[in-house]
Amino acid sequence: MEHRFSSVQQVRDGLRNVNYLADDGIAGVAFLADRLAKPILVEGPAGTGKTQLAKSVADMLGARLIRLQCYEGLDESKALYEWNYKKQLLRIQADRNSDSWNEVHDDIFSKEFLLTRPLLEAISAPDPVVLLIDEVDRVEVETEALLLEILSEYQVSIPELGTITATQIPMVFLTSNNTRELSEALKRRCLYLHVDYPSLEREKEIVLAKVPDITEHLADQVARIVRSIRLLDLKKSPSVSETLDWARTMMLLNIDSIDAQTAKDTLHVLLKYQSDIAKASKELSVDLV
Amino acid sequence: MLDLLSGFVQELRNAGLPVSLTENLDAMEAVRHIPLEDRDAFKYALGATMVKNSAHWRSFETVFEVYFSLRGPEYKIVEGSEDELEQMWREMQEQMQQGEGKGSSGGMDSLTPEEIAQMLMKALMNGDQAMMRALAKQSVQRFAGMEPGRPVGGTYYLYRTLRNLDLDNMLQKLMEASKQETGSDLTALEERLEKDEYESRIDSFKKEIEAEIRRRLVADRGAEAMAKTLRKPLPEDVEFMHASRDEMQLLKKSLYPLTRKLAARLARKRRHGRKGPLDFRNTVRHSLSYGGIPAEPKFKQPRPSKPELMVVADISGSVAAFARFTLMLVYAMQNQFSKVRSFVFIDGIDEVTEYFKGTEDIGEAIHRVNTEADVVWVDGHSDYGHAFEVFWDRYGKSIGPKTTVLFLGDARNNYHASQAWVVQEVRKKARQVYWLNPEPKSYWNTGDSIVGEYAGHTDGAYECRNLRQLEAFVEKLA
Repeated sequence: MEHRFSSVQQVRDGLRNVNYLADDGIAGVAFLADRLAKPILVEGPAGTGKTQLAKSVADMLGARLIRLQCYEGLDESKALYEWNYKKQLLRIQADRNSDSWNEVHDDIFSKEFLLTRPLLEAISAPDPVVLLIDEVDRVEVETEALLLEILSEYQVSIPELGTITATQIPMVFLTSNNTRELSEALKRRCLYLHVDYPSLEREKEIVLAKVPDITEHLADQVARIVRSIRLLDLKKSPSVSETLDWARTMMLLNIDSIDAQTAKDTLHVLLKYQSDIAKASKELSVDLV
Repeated sequence: MLDLLSGFVQELRNAGLPVSLTENLDAMEAVRHIPLEDRDAFKYALGATMVKNSAHWRSFETVFEVYFSLRGPEYKIVEGSEDELEQMWREMQEQMQQGEGKGSSGGMDSLTPEEIAQMLMKALMNGDQAMMRALAKQSVQRFAGMEPGRPVGGTYYLYRTLRNLDLDNMLQKLMEASKQETGSDLTALEERLEKDEYESRIDSFKKEIEAEIRRRLVADRGAEAMAKTLRKPLPEDVEFMHASRDEMQLLKKSLYPLTRKLAARLARKRRHGRKGPLDFRNTVRHSLSYGGIPAEPKFKQPRPSKPELMVVADISGSVAAFARFTLMLVYAMQNQFSKVRSFVFIDGIDEVTEYFKGTEDIGEAIHRVNTEADVVWVDGHSDYGHAFEVFWDRYGKSIGPKTTVLFLGDARNNYHASQAWVVQEVRKKARQVYWLNPEPKSYWNTGDSIVGEYAGHTDGAYECRNLRQLEAFVEKLA
């Protein structure tokens, strides 16, 4: 099988071209996932670009992104496949006189009557795809088992039809917000990637890349203030997406240098709990009180 | 290579990380695709295949450092690399001479500690990674006084090195220097940012020194022996009673995601419980769509009552940390209980429920508990007997058949009267009474511990030494 990437550096550059700034870990794991043909389980705080990573990889490979949003109560008819009952019924009624029972029986359980859902679609697609299974920690532990076959063997077994094997092995990303421990069986099948808040330099680069026309000075200030805020003991630290929102706010307000007052006035963009806002503004602007 | 890796995996397992056979095989496979010279890539390859929990990453890093710290060109400590170091040194000196017009031209051995400190300051000011690394090496070589075969822990060397560098004052010096450099005075915000920046640089320099000491120790003693001394328990296995300050920080950090997980699990358990009795009204309503035939029976959702909780915690020195964590955990999942009241005591007892009301910040409330609660009656030594008596007098009436009472403490009573009858009476009125003890079970009832006297009157006494045990208990409770 040919590989998608030739080196870690290539992954990194490719991601940079689609405006996703990967650090060593992210690029390295993506590279390995391709080489080992294994899914990646991405974990980390909310808003650090887990979903964006999958999107960006799809973008970079020019592949179609197939997304399965997980939620409680997700079952195989929504994740894997479903028989098209109405069509089957029509088929039976259409020529109820001519066919023998056996013919109809074989006929209505053929591919024509199968509705593919995201997982089946991903492995049966002829074109390159990236499969994103989003927030996998939201499904029940029992439902996780649905994913196991497709993640390790890249195949789906349908009792009436047999086993459908992947024509090509897609890149698979699973994201998790860590609201519960995933089962060992699932973890074992994946490469694990923990995406944390970026370092100061990387965050600054992200701001520069994602917010058009922002000055270097302002981006630097934004990144540094956010870093200081994250050092505080808060209920919810600001995420990267909130940092970007904040930087955009600064642009909209035509501010080119942040002082304590502006920071205080716009903190609600960064922080979403009143107690956090109070704490941060107290910490950041000692002289205003 | 294979030997090294299997030794590495063995050590990971010893440290408590669950590395399965398949994961091990994956790691071997992964390593084939990664250029071995690239140490970072190598590390991430091993990490991605073998470590599947972010809380375990720190343990993994330590073991990795120990096993692979001597590989990779920039990490050698043999004399060959000194050339490169020396060159950097010379460059640095040139800079210094330009900057301050100083005429010292000797090699690095002739530098006085003051000069080294000055260079360090420069490196920190400019955030020069390479220079910081070189300085870390140099200062360890000079100040730590390491001798081969000396049976001293790494912390001793670290202490010696840091003492000589005087990093505590460094921050202040840096702040002053940067103030001079910019000329104007900074606003409070800028000053704060500047301070955070320097703090993080100094921190990374400290890490650099630690790594250097570790490298030297590994070179001296071998990886296996080193790994054993460095082995640290995973956050969920850290004992409350013996946690260091760093470990406390770590525990605090892992507490929040833990409560979130626990709450999610409990909520799920509640929702997916057994179905209740037939809901007649709802069934008839739904029969309309089947032409009046009750084809789809509907059932009532059972609503299991949430327990009321009373926490009575000993916050005397020895068990304070444990009480703090339990209170934090309980309050973080307040919505799993219909009502939570908390009391703290040493030899007097005080209700602290108020502190937790109307604040979202549990840490703040705990701080108030520690500073404001009136818990000293005579001498501030644990007296369970007196505290319980007062508890019964003042609050005994509010214990009802829905209440679950938790007693937290090691029951080391300083040979006072036990007044175990209080626990007995409480149990008669309450739904359940539990005792949580942060001491290992083998220490119970030794010395002045009288946990046995109380435990006999409870529904169960549990050993609660670490987060794992505490989590298991709370899940059972709710």
